[in-house]
Amino acid sequence: MLDATRHPSLPNRPGVGYKAQHFNDIMKDAGPVGWLEIHAENYMGMGGRPLAQLRHLSEQFPFSVHGVGLSIGGEGRLDADHLARLKTLCDWLNPASFSEHLAWSTHESAFLNDLLPLPYTAATVTRVADHIDEVQSVLGRQMLLENPSSYLAFAESDMSETDFLSEIVTRTGCGLLLDVNNVFVSAVNLGYSPQGYIDDYPLNAVKEIHLGGHDEDEDETGAPMLIDSHGAEVVDPVWALLDYTLAKSGPKPLLIEWDTDVPEWSVLVEETKRADAALSVLA
Amino acid sequence: MITTQTEFRTALLDPASPPPEGVRNPDGVQAIKRFDVYRNNVAVSLTDALGAAFPVVAKLVGDDFFRAMAGVYLRAHPPTSPVMMFYGEEMPEFLAGFGPAQSVPYLPDVARLELALRHSYHASDATPIAADALAQIAPDSLPQVTFAFAPSVYLIPSRYPLQSIWAANTSGGDIAKVAQPALVTRPEFDPMVDALTQEQAAVTQALIGGQPLGQALQSGDAGFDLGPLLGLLLSRNALISLKT
Repeated sequence: MLDATRHPSLPNRPGVGYKAQHFNDIMKDAGPVGWLEIHAENYMGMGGRPLAQLRHLSEQFPFSVHGVGLSIGGEGRLDADHLARLKTLCDWLNPASFSEHLAWSTHESAFLNDLLPLPYTAATVTRVADHIDEVQSVLGRQMLLENPSSYLAFAESDMSETDFLSEIVTRTGCGLLLDVNNVFVSAVNLGYSPQGYIDDYPLNAVKEIHLGGHDEDEDETGAPMLIDSHGAEVVDPVWALLDYTLAKSGPKPLLIEWDTDVPEWSVLVEETKRADAALSVLA
Repeated sequence: MITTQTEFRTALLDPASPPPEGVRNPDGVQAIKRFDVYRNNVAVSLTDALGAAFPVVAKLVGDDFFRAMAGVYLRAHPPTSPVMMFYGEEMPEFLAGFGPAQSVPYLPDVARLELALRHSYHASDATPIAADALAQIAPDSLPQVTFAFAPSVYLIPSRYPLQSIWAANTSGGDIAKVAQPALVTRPEFDPMVDALTQEQAAVTQALIGGQPLGQALQSGDAGFDLGPLLGLLLSRNALISLKT
């Protein structure tokens, strides 16, 4: 297992997914925001404004680097070039956290720009665990693994997502990024209890929680189908699921994720105030 | 029943093919509309990425045409890297060979310019030479001077009025009647596009290629006036070192 103590951890406060258009607002008044998260792939250029902004912001805020393109669940080998780019970014920024997704996105050199689902089987556990070992070894740090939003299941799956994640944590020593909106979306889509999921989830490995918005639709049978959009406010049932989780886990770093139709900074601040309130009732 | 990622990917990119047999609704039957969520995510996210990358191409052909064309492009050229900031490298050649786009013959040049703007935006930082650096050189040494250009500088040759086509579709203005190769520079953080004459473009190309000033000037006419070009390159922080 890796020594995770070399890097300071994220504070148990609200954070936001950083967007370049909010740079001046954040430097002026960050409100309750105590840390920032970036999508790693947006900061893989050689210079210019994106890296200059990070240089400034990192003097003031702890950072979380969140990868969206490593394809940890891919059937093929990890992309060594991409892993090297992640290492360059992490070595330069020295973030408090690095996280990626339980998903695949690249197959036979085509990158599909979406987080695609995995069957939960012993074979998938082995593959994902091997890839996480490689990531942690190359980066020289612990990574966090995020639970997906699922729209469908696989006939071949023979374990629950929570058992799958527990097994991965045991094998690799990775931490977990718990996305409670994803839990809610998957639970509605696949017909299980979101609270039951939290009860079965290895909360002791959680080092960050994500909150985001989703869209509502239905499938061809008329069953409800929620779509993870990161393009709206967090809904009340997800805030309630957060309260349920925090009561069991204790305080955690809470991230507001808003990636499409990005609103004005003031709207994000209102969301972080609500996250701050959820943390303060625990004290 | 095993669903391979080859099977999943093939069905994702081909709207006419059925979903993999092993994907399930919660009631255990094969997932149709739920699979379409992934199919839609992939197509929409890549189309949106192309729209963000080529806003002037999209404006010139119209949104409906662009989205339909992007659907063809993304299946022929899915991204080969998770670094999406440079997605669309094959767009100029794709447009040159795309039948329905032939009525707008300058589209490939516009796509090249928009690619260059993104590369310039993300290029390495560099310190420019002082505005009076050339004044320090002895006059008889000037023909031997070579320049190094900032990594954010791109020259887009064109026989169309490329710069003013781009400008008219971003900030407004009239389209010129002469060819305007485009010079992309990044004085600080925001790339800029300037019009060059064909002669200025030829001289700039020679200088970027490392030719000494005296030799590069032979790419222009006998009466070529270096002053305006040099002034532009200096004011745009395009030059980062010079050697004699």
